[in-house]
Amino acid sequence: MTQRELLNDGKHAIEIRNLNVYYGEKLAVKHITIPIARHKITAFIGPSGCGKSTVLRSLNRMNDLIPGARVEGEVVYRGQNLYGPDIDAVEVRRRIGMVFQKPNPFPKSIYDNVAYGPRVLGIRDRRALDQIVEQSLRQAALWDEVKDDLRKSGLALSGGQQQRLCIARTLAVEPDVILMDEPCSALDPIATQRIEDLMKELSVDYSIVIVTHNMQQAMRVSDYTAFYTTDESRIGDLVEFNRTEKLFSAPSDPRTADYIAGRFG
Amino acid sequence: MSENNPTRQSNLPDDQTFERQLARRHTRSGVWRGIFLMSTLMGLIALVALFGNVINEAFGTVAFASKLTESEISDVPLSELDGPALAALLGEYAPRRLRVIVRDELSVVSAAEFTTVPVSVALAHAEMPESMADRTITELSDEEVIQLLALNLSADQLYDHVQTDVIGLELLKSWPLSTTLFDYATIQAEFDALVEEKDPPNPHLEFRSWLNWDFVTGSQSSYAELAGVRTAIVGTLWIMALTMLIAFPLGVGAAIYLEEYARGGGWFDRLIEVNIRNLAGVPSIIYGLLGLAIFVRTLEQLTSGAVFGVTGVNGRTILSASATMALLILPVIIIASQEAIRAVPQSIREASYGLGATKWQTVWHQVLPAAMPGILTGTIIALSRAIGETAPLIVIGASAVIFVDPGGPFSKFTALPVQIWQWTARPQEEFRNIAAAAIIVLLGLLLFMNSFAIILRQRLSKKL
Repeated sequence: MTQRELLNDGKHAIEIRNLNVYYGEKLAVKHITIPIARHKITAFIGPSGCGKSTVLRSLNRMNDLIPGARVEGEVVYRGQNLYGPDIDAVEVRRRIGMVFQKPNPFPKSIYDNVAYGPRVLGIRDRRALDQIVEQSLRQAALWDEVKDDLRKSGLALSGGQQQRLCIARTLAVEPDVILMDEPCSALDPIATQRIEDLMKELSVDYSIVIVTHNMQQAMRVSDYTAFYTTDESRIGDLVEFNRTEKLFSAPSDPRTADYIAGRFG
Repeated sequence: MSENNPTRQSNLPDDQTFERQLARRHTRSGVWRGIFLMSTLMGLIALVALFGNVINEAFGTVAFASKLTESEISDVPLSELDGPALAALLGEYAPRRLRVIVRDELSVVSAAEFTTVPVSVALAHAEMPESMADRTITELSDEEVIQLLALNLSADQLYDHVQTDVIGLELLKSWPLSTTLFDYATIQAEFDALVEEKDPPNPHLEFRSWLNWDFVTGSQSSYAELAGVRTAIVGTLWIMALTMLIAFPLGVGAAIYLEEYARGGGWFDRLIEVNIRNLAGVPSIIYGLLGLAIFVRTLEQLTSGAVFGVTGVNGRTILSASATMALLILPVIIIASQEAIRAVPQSIREASYGLGATKWQTVWHQVLPAAMPGILTGTIIALSRAIGETAPLIVIGASAVIFVDPGGPFSKFTALPVQIWQWTARPQEEFRNIAAAAIIVLLGLLLFMNSFAIILRQRLSKKL
């Protein structure tokens, strides 16, 4: 399918349309158009500085937190432009959750880490919170390891466990879409494996976008892949978007072919 | 050509020169090491000298003379007697002083009028039985005057009067600790000469720790040997508590605004920031003048408590002092809190926002708890600075001598550093002794506050 066809088949969690992101005066990425398929895993790959994280962070308006960051174009979610005038970024981030590069649990107990999101949304009932915490930890495949010690600090867990805790924390506010910004780059291969398995399980119910440096990872887990690169003026640009097996087996752009063959980046 | 690398032309010294230079380089670094060690030692010496001086003054030998001794007038130690018993002792041994004490302590009229107007007029604020009200002080019997004293003076005050008027303990001379320890013969000789010359009653030498429990818990007195610092301690504690109450929320609030809301902001936010940094360096006496103008004068209605129905005080109150101190330490608290807030990793904020938390929820639930140990440390350091500040309090008008403990924000006050300053300014030798003792009390208070801060900080960080 071509990009246009993919955009039009109506099965999209998010549609990125002609997105430009600026940091101050500097254009960081230009003319990005990507559909994010519902209940699939979409991978963003490319060399450092190509803007893949920038695009990811503009999907839940995380870029708003950076002074001087500015966005042109549209990010359409449920028929609404997320950068429209009456869209509340707080609401957006609850629907479109995020898992970060470095595991960043709050310096609180495991329980409080997971319960934080629901509490922020105003849930005070103890029983409801207990249920949410257990369900989220089970979904993140962490429950069996921590169920006896929920009062333990989240920082006392191993790196891989911390990252799954962060995923559980995201699941607790019941998002539609989960954005993952190189979620395994700080983890060892075994922990990485567990996160990848987890992503596949989660993609049954959630739409996932993952930024990764690791092409093998993109190949292993994703259904669609977007390849970005930079031009001479260091502006990030989308080179190619396609089904993952297609992009890796028969890239249509020579730059993609060079990159996946390891000739640069 | 270098030996190791024949293709490279070397401009470096050959091995022989190198070795000669190496010795010189080592010597030079040895000299610098010595200089740095000296600097450290100088600091240490200064510290030892400071403590040595204070301790030297706070302990030592004193020569007393007294008209009577305690055991001659009472079977029980005087300090255990209550007000009426002390008043009775005054009546028994110093009947001629009774009316003088009433005049000095209670009279609201001039000395000339005191003996001619009825006591209800002369002692307008005093409690008295109806039967006395219409007579003049000279028409009252000694027993009635004793009753007046017992009704209106505290046991502390009466104790001081028994000491001065009955026992008549007179401090002849005091010697510092160093003389006591290393040159007692001189003390003995000087004492003998004194006795020879003045022939005082009941002369004796005793070792005295000027810092003692009576000193810490005793009230003010114009006699060094009877004076205590309780009113000053209470004043200092009141001021510190109120200062904290005012400065902490304001300082943390400002830091939150500057760090979380105004980050990368416009010229106005930057202007505020630069100004706060400069304010931290303004001399404290300037803050005193500011406090005098704003809190004592302009806001007198508020700081004297007049708007709350408190009467009889001016603006020179604990509230004014606290507000001034709060202004003084506010920049320090703001800067320390800003640094603590800035040290909270951005990833924690992002995680919180990423879950759909608002700015305020993120600040309140994540940033502040993580920054709290640093904020508290900064606050306590600022308070430690404030506790020793003298100049602003003097400008604001700390009372020279007050006998009543400050009881609230609208009380007149004195504070430890002010007290120390006043005592050191007196010509009599023995006031330097109690000033030294008061310095030890102040340092002790400081140490207590700092250890409290450390404990608090560790308990807060452990919760993570």
